[in-house]
Amino acid sequence: MKTGAYYKTKKASINLLIHLFLLSVATTCLFPLIWMVSSSLKSQDVIFKDTSLLPKAFHFENYYRAWMEGGFGRYFLNSIFYTVAVVIGIIIISSMAAYAFSRFRFPGRNIMFFMFMAAMMIPIPGSFVALYVLLNKLHLRNTSFGYILCMINVGLSTSIFLLKTFFDKMPKELEDAARIDGCSKIGLWWHVALPLSKPVLAVVVVFNALNVWNEYILALIIFDSRPLMPLQVALTTFQGEFVTNYPLLMAGLTITAIPIIIVYLLMQKYIVKGVTQGAVVG
Amino acid sequence: MKIKSTLENYVFVLPAVLIFAVFYIIPFIWVFQLGLYDWDGILPTKIFVGLDNFKEILFDKIWWQSMGNAGYITLIALTFQNALAFLLAWACDREIRGKNLYRVIFFIPPVLSEVVVGLVWQWILDGNYGLLNSWLAHLGLSHLARSWLSEPQTALTAVAIVHCWKGFGWGFLIFLAGLQTIPRELYEAARVDGANAWVSFRKITIPLMIPVAVLVAILTVLGTMQAFVLIIAMTGGGPAYHTQVPALRILASMRGSSRFGYACAQGISFGVILMAISFIQYRFSKKSRV
Amino acid sequence: MFKLRIAISTLLIGFALFAGCAPKQETGKQVITIWHWMTDREPAFQELAKRYEAKAGVKVNFELYAPSDAYSQKVRAAAQGENLPDIFGILGEKRDFASFIKAGHIFNLTPYMEANNAEWKSSFFGKALAVNEFNEGNSYGVKPGTYGAPIDIMTIQMLYNKNLFRQLGLNPRKPPVTFEELLDIGKKISAANRGGSASGGKQSGMQGLVSGWAEVWMIDCFANNYAFNIMGKDKVLATIKGEVPYTDTDWIKVLTFFKQMQESGVLANGVVTMINKTAEQLFANDKAVFAFNGSWCVNVYKGMNPKLDYGAMLPPAASEKFPMAIWGGAGSSFMVNERSKNKEEAVKFLQWLTGADQQAYLAQSTNNLPANKNATSKIPDILAQFADSMENATHPNVWGLSEFSVVIEAFDKGIQSIIIGEKTPEQVALEVQRIKERELAKKRLVR
Repeated sequence: MKTGAYYKTKKASINLLIHLFLLSVATTCLFPLIWMVSSSLKSQDVIFKDTSLLPKAFHFENYYRAWMEGGFGRYFLNSIFYTVAVVIGIIIISSMAAYAFSRFRFPGRNIMFFMFMAAMMIPIPGSFVALYVLLNKLHLRNTSFGYILCMINVGLSTSIFLLKTFFDKMPKELEDAARIDGCSKIGLWWHVALPLSKPVLAVVVVFNALNVWNEYILALIIFDSRPLMPLQVALTTFQGEFVTNYPLLMAGLTITAIPIIIVYLLMQKYIVKGVTQGAVVG
Repeated sequence: MKIKSTLENYVFVLPAVLIFAVFYIIPFIWVFQLGLYDWDGILPTKIFVGLDNFKEILFDKIWWQSMGNAGYITLIALTFQNALAFLLAWACDREIRGKNLYRVIFFIPPVLSEVVVGLVWQWILDGNYGLLNSWLAHLGLSHLARSWLSEPQTALTAVAIVHCWKGFGWGFLIFLAGLQTIPRELYEAARVDGANAWVSFRKITIPLMIPVAVLVAILTVLGTMQAFVLIIAMTGGGPAYHTQVPALRILASMRGSSRFGYACAQGISFGVILMAISFIQYRFSKKSRV
Repeated sequence: MFKLRIAISTLLIGFALFAGCAPKQETGKQVITIWHWMTDREPAFQELAKRYEAKAGVKVNFELYAPSDAYSQKVRAAAQGENLPDIFGILGEKRDFASFIKAGHIFNLTPYMEANNAEWKSSFFGKALAVNEFNEGNSYGVKPGTYGAPIDIMTIQMLYNKNLFRQLGLNPRKPPVTFEELLDIGKKISAANRGGSASGGKQSGMQGLVSGWAEVWMIDCFANNYAFNIMGKDKVLATIKGEVPYTDTDWIKVLTFFKQMQESGVLANGVVTMINKTAEQLFANDKAVFAFNGSWCVNVYKGMNPKLDYGAMLPPAASEKFPMAIWGGAGSSFMVNERSKNKEEAVKFLQWLTGADQQAYLAQSTNNLPANKNATSKIPDILAQFADSMENATHPNVWGLSEFSVVIEAFDKGIQSIIIGEKTPEQVALEVQRIKERELAKKRLVR
């Protein structure tokens, strides 16, 4: 007969297996991060000679130098501004569209959704030149507004797709109840749909924030003045035409990764919370 | 009343459609037109060649080889990467110690810059001083050691594995968000009915996760087929054409050989193929859900 | 709803604030804008701009856009929108350069070069200027003349590590001069590595030739050196014209060299997918016996390992029929925008920038070779060795005609296939020739 102890050991061993699995994957994820941080504390002449993860001498000044030489201060603010503006823009615009595609029936609905999907799939190879000419005609070249609009467009299709999939999954009963209470369509979207979809909104935020934060080629092409450039441009300072200053580059990359990790930490909380709330009402 | 409601519906999609029309459709038409020309990207004169560029693609052996390579990487990503992502998400959805920490750690690869990922993995896979080879030597398997990235037999698989490693965090995140939307009551009800963990996994989790899995699958296909930054960092598309992918071919036609028109045609044909794959996936999922 | 309104209005205020911060052009003073991609030289450029402003009262804005790939796209996009700055550089083949000229983006500098008994022109090394010149009857259809001013020169050749030479029992003052000697050293390297692994079980870790052969142009460069060496310039150019096939025995011989090098062990393990930065790391850290690299490497190695003991050498010759050739000539050049309103001022600035003192300053602060032959500056010995081999230098951009890019690609990728043992030299030659014929046929149809 199977006893309680048997079940206990079985459960413990399953948990142990799961932990082993998680730990081994986690190690591979942590290794490059640790390597990056440790390299950022080395000096250029030993970085590829001394491959141990614990540097012999800690060059903390690399961070100060990277910050100053790359001119991070200004670019940091720019990148934060672009990221916040684009993410807010995408969240509002794409969730409205996705909500309409998921809930409403209107002429042209399918064809429009189809077009957004197609856009997600067809990469435009020469789009940089095309966008440049376009922004030039609209007098939006070399403006942060033009850049933000372009970046909103980049994230739009995927975000609509993500959000629509989750809206489709959401129970409609709550909205029906709210509609009976006299809520308008805008109200339903804002008060009912958005709060319920916090987990997926968090994914959309992280996805787009990372996208904007890492973008620099479009910025380089459409901005003619350095004060408008985003943070990634500062990193190219250390990757010279010929000489790459690896320690400063690694320090710069570490600094650049921190805000994104913070965004992720903030957002991943919602990936849990949304559930309980949804479950309680459902 | 009816008209007002319809107008209201359009208000919801209007901002998206406006931005889309200006910043996607206009450039798209431009690129599509250019696909019909022989143009180097600089000269003011363009030579109209009709569908010649598209015809040339049909017989471009290297283009199809790189398509095959991308397909191979995608296949590995669809199976290996997504299975890993799902398993990790499922494990982290359970009541398990340290799950919050794991959640953060698994998202490190997508956050890391391609520069770092490229450097670290090159170091691991290097044929002369690589970590993998020295581990193999420690295990007494030094006969297996090789230049993982520069031998035709292993280069593509090595690149694919690094790509999957960099990308599984996204699948993990979306699966996790998806698992959160499954009401806990369903599991409780199942337990009351005497179903064990495996049965409720099979009868509740899997069916409810199918739409999410399709979403992840489509995003994986798109992300993987278009990946190239890591490949440049690790092998430059070599040796020979063994790790060439369509995105690299498009870049090569655009910059290397200044064949802007041909690059546009390649982009369009590539997009059409991607679209076909994705819609097949989408249809397939619709059917399987019913 | 209220929260949304707050969010939107914050956003709008944000826009307004940032629009207010947009940089304003200084009025009154003459301003020249220059776009470049040379990260390593940015501080030196800024310093020179200051000096020029103090001297001539003209403000010079050096705008850096790196990496070079993005820069190249930016210049092309700006050309489409006719927004190019007063002075800029072009990255790419001679064919692209010609297109920029034909599209009316580049100002013809010939009158300035020829003025005062060609004072400006004669200050440059001839080979440095050649890259920017179009000769009578050039195949690009560009009006003959000089269209750019070089700011530095470079050569690409082989380097050898003197310490590792000693370890192999070779004389560090006598690098190999014939191809056979090179292959012999290859055998010594493999023997040394075998001995090391048998005794200690550790990777003895000595590599042969390292180079950025994942970036195919560096393979092309190496192969062309030998093509010039065994068949001479005329036959190479005849091949490009389509008069000599790639299946010619001389070309097969060139391809076979790579097979021989691979078999002898003189090529580093994994050289086919090596990017140049990796190659530089290996060579700088005493891990590779040979490197194939450009003169910029002096600065790179200095940063990574100041104590590195190495010398420069020509690729060891395989034949005595023709001299060994290496690629060299102008490293980077600046062009003046034809549509600029400040053309005269821009030319004046370029004349000043390429003057002896400024060239000496640029060369010294960045370890580059000056394009101005009067810029006698103290340069490190090793750099002087690079400068000395300038007489052997040639470059596809001075040949007056270009091979089709697809043919170049097939040729270089074919060499990669030979090195990894997938194809024979004969197969590759046949494939390249097939592509060449296809392209030639296409061209005849269009014309």
